Amino acid sequence: MIQRNSIEGNPSNEQIELGRRRRASAWTDIVEGIALWRLWFRLGWNDILQRYRRSVLGPFWLTASMAIMVVTLGVLYAELFNQPIDDFLPFLCVGLLVWTLIAGYLTEGGTLFTGSESYIKQIRLPFSIYVYRSSWAKLIVFAHNFVIYIGVLIYFQIWPGAVSLLAVPGLMLIVLNGTIASLTIGIVSARFRDIPQLIASIVQIIFFLTPIFWKPESLRGHAYITDFNPFFHLLEIVRAPLLGNLPSAANYFVVLFLTLINVAIASAFFSRFRSRIAYWV
Amino acid sequence: MEAELTLQNVSVSFPIYQSGSRSLKKRLLFRGTGGHLATDANHRIVVEALRNVSLSLKAGDRVALIGSNGAGKTTLLRVMAGVYEPFAGNVISRGRISPMFDISLGIDSEISGYDNIRLRGLILGLTPSEIEERMPDIVEFTELGDYLDIPVRTYSSGMMTRLTFAVATCFSPEILLMDEWIMAGDAGFMAKAQHRVQSFVEQANILVLASHSLEICRQWCSKAVWMERGEIKMQGVIETVLAAYSEEVGAT
Repeated sequence: MIQRNSIEGNPSNEQIELGRRRRASAWTDIVEGIALWRLWFRLGWNDILQRYRRSVLGPFWLTASMAIMVVTLGVLYAELFNQPIDDFLPFLCVGLLVWTLIAGYLTEGGTLFTGSESYIKQIRLPFSIYVYRSSWAKLIVFAHNFVIYIGVLIYFQIWPGAVSLLAVPGLMLIVLNGTIASLTIGIVSARFRDIPQLIASIVQIIFFLTPIFWKPESLRGHAYITDFNPFFHLLEIVRAPLLGNLPSAANYFVVLFLTLINVAIASAFFSRFRSRIAYWV
Repeated sequence: MEAELTLQNVSVSFPIYQSGSRSLKKRLLFRGTGGHLATDANHRIVVEALRNVSLSLKAGDRVALIGSNGAGKTTLLRVMAGVYEPFAGNVISRGRISPMFDISLGIDSEISGYDNIRLRGLILGLTPSEIEERMPDIVEFTELGDYLDIPVRTYSSGMMTRLTFAVATCFSPEILLMDEWIMAGDAGFMAKAQHRVQSFVEQANILVLASHSLEICRQWCSKAVWMERGEIKMQGVIETVLAAYSEEVGAT
């Protein structure tokens, strides 16, 4: 038996009850979405397959283009910055790999709901499904690109050791933060249609402010640029282990703090506006 | 457990966001200047799609939704499907809801008929084993044979109707909602479809069908609800309502 009550129009002394009901509905949505994993698993997988049907390289188009970028830019910037190539190129490779994942959450978050308008307007499905589907598709792409990292390891004869296993919880933290942030972005973008452009511009700036093409050591006294950049810390918890180093406690601390803020904002937005999404798209 | 669908004083309004207020910049500008600049940015026109609608449907009801364009039929169906949560009022439903609004929902034209059946089943909330269990039944109902192995982008719209109709009705929906379906099937299939709908409705289920074709309404439904400008103008036995409707429509 499903009972759906109204979402608006109650006098102020019932606001607390309304808020509680909204939070409960939001939580149910998240949980129901996870239960429907077979559906978004299939949808995300189909999204990737769709891009590469009837093409020559198939899924490896993405990998190939990233590999070319890593190699050419790695060689060029190592020269420009006067850095040893066997140190700089792996650094650049992992940085780009992880950054692509993080940036993907931000830039693709805008179309999470607006891009699924036909589903949303026709059948009641938990909204979290669209979020999980998108996240899963990004993980598949990350797995494709990971091959380049393996290639770099082999070529430069690097063995990161057991510490590289720390990349796994690091990756999980990135996926968690990215998924939650894209939920917030998706909701806001359904209402205000210029948010995706705004985010795309911001992401570009953050890309240059984050040490991907340059090493943090070259900052020489302006350490605040990296210290106060949450994306630097997010990047480090996966990059450092993959290069054989231990991320600092500060990195983890900032990421956990970021996660808390993310969760707080997303749950507030999702509770309040979940029932409006169908009206906005 | 019998199917049931009740709406109590349901109201739905759509604020029409002009392209002006769709922009965050204009919203901020409006706030920041106390409304002196960009005063046209926040003109909100509201469309009251449903006004205080109350309905009570029980198992075995086959209801036709009729009314002119823009009367609120599609909105009402969407509220029943749970797509729109109403601004006011309650919706109480019991039973699995199968909305059939667009035959291409969830259809991936690049994958085969079989895979699309599986995907549709997943969308409707079934597990893979439940889908496989019903697969022979669906295949037999569609009569598409070997076509099910090739991508559905090769199908005609009639074939698509067969596929999606089979999928929607073979997964024992308890509440079936249909919106102005272009019944592109041939006569043989239409007879089969009607038989299928009748048998499923007899098993204590509910059908709600929105259509402009009074003939289809007569054939498939026992009751009718006449919507006009977001309100229920009349509801009751099909012949009574259709007679009143044709009279009014014929007069204008």
